[in-house]
Amino acid sequence: MITIDNILETNRMITENKLDVRTITMGISLRDCAHPNINQFCKNVYDKITKSAEFLVKTGEDIEAKYGIPIIHKRISVTPIAIAAEACETDSFVPVAEVLDKAAKEVGVNFIGGFSALVEKGFTKGDKILIDSIPQALSTTDVVCSSVNLGSTKAGINMDCVRQMGEVIKRTAELTRDQDALGCAKLVVFCNAPGDNPFMAGAFHGVSEAEKVVSVGVSGPGVVKHALEDLKGADFTEVAETIKKTAFKITRVGQLVAREASRRLGVPFGIIDLSLAPTPAVGDSVANVLEEMGLESCGAPGTTAALALLNDAVKKGGLMASSHVGGLSGAFIPVSEDQGMIEAIECGSLSIEKLEAMTCVCSVGLDMIAVEGDTTAATISGIIADEAAIGMINNKTTAVRVIPVPGKKVGDSVEFGGLLGRCPIVKVRNNWSSEAFIARGGRIPAPLRSLTN
Amino acid sequence: MKLVVTIFGKDQVGIIANVSNILAAKKVNITSVNQNIVDGFFNMIMMAELTDSSVKLAEIQKELKEKGHEMNLEIKVQNQEIFNIMHNV
Repeated sequence: MITIDNILETNRMITENKLDVRTITMGISLRDCAHPNINQFCKNVYDKITKSAEFLVKTGEDIEAKYGIPIIHKRISVTPIAIAAEACETDSFVPVAEVLDKAAKEVGVNFIGGFSALVEKGFTKGDKILIDSIPQALSTTDVVCSSVNLGSTKAGINMDCVRQMGEVIKRTAELTRDQDALGCAKLVVFCNAPGDNPFMAGAFHGVSEAEKVVSVGVSGPGVVKHALEDLKGADFTEVAETIKKTAFKITRVGQLVAREASRRLGVPFGIIDLSLAPTPAVGDSVANVLEEMGLESCGAPGTTAALALLNDAVKKGGLMASSHVGGLSGAFIPVSEDQGMIEAIECGSLSIEKLEAMTCVCSVGLDMIAVEGDTTAATISGIIADEAAIGMINNKTTAVRVIPVPGKKVGDSVEFGGLLGRCPIVKVRNNWSSEAFIARGGRIPAPLRSLTN
Repeated sequence: MKLVVTIFGKDQVGIIANVSNILAAKKVNITSVNQNIVDGFFNMIMMAELTDSSVKLAEIQKELKEKGHEMNLEIKVQNQEIFNIMHNV
């Protein structure tokens, strides 16, 4: 039996605390599109995507109206193009990115992910073509997202790819310099990438996934913050309990939406991604949740512990609310998309080193961080290597999405607009070179799984 | 389909009459009403049931939204399931 208080609480979460379902993402396998002729392959891809996702946006909008819960994004993820397009006799996958862009626009989704390669152990021919195509692909398309997985706990880190991705990020920034390197906001480098992540820019339809699936990413940092506002001075047991209960409620909504979307679209339900995904809107910030626990500003000593508790409690609460949990699941800490993080960078309490420490316990990694335009490729590769090492050793997903904005210096700020937000240029310790380290290449061997000290 | 109708705004003559008229025309049966006025602000939550399967929820939402706009009220119609699932294990 529901009570008046229940109704008021739910609607308050939606209107005041900005509870929303962040994304319904349809994963589509493109493995059956393979063809030696790239034009035929592109036609197969276009037809399959537009047919499979024809009603995705409309379905999302109908569910949104039915329950009165905003569903912000409708998106598509596809089989990593390095695999799907490998049979094509070509030296560039840019036309494939263009057809993904066209298909996504045709069905009305705002992002399509999967211009991706999985190269933690080595490159195939298709992987090499894909990675070489990334800068141009991201500069000639609007809604295509790209990702590269270059490390894993089982395989170690592909340092040749680490070196190359520093250069790819620089080149992408250069080719999209008139948009403040926006291309880099659509490019993420992973270690231990999950194949069922519904969130962009890192979504792709993993090779072990079904033909088509519908997955849902929930959000709601504002709701968690509000719940903690009543707990001033309470101990951490109580804080954790409250976060768990709140995460349960948030996730139940995601489960309801996922079930309904799956039924309406006739596509199996994949997973719920239990993530606290912030937006630049005031009150929708993960940094503010950490501050609500008693930190004067995000980045102050104690921040990593606060984030660890938050991340873990969100998972514990959400797990029971959903039949299948996957993806990235946890708290995201993108800088430009979180007003609290932006303020913390501006006031100096938060640095890239502290963010790196936070990525040991959050759900992803160094995300949406704008750095000086003259940051070298080797320095960016160094950042990627560090982040991949954290993921590899700790058996977790880590990622890097940094944006070296041409012409910008520390003290400047860059505006990406919309949900990508705004970012002050973050200081990187690049007075000391990583050049010789990155130039080595090769592979960092997979780590030991015992004696874990 | 079980519905929850929430209405919020400045108190005035005819809120309940107008809303329930629209619901009646759409064959929606009102099963419970909880209403109060605090500092001149009207607050109501109605539980209702849509009995005629040929009537679309979107039509009811559209008409009530228009009426809300006309009377300067915030009127929301939601499927009850979102509240059930969030607050019950």
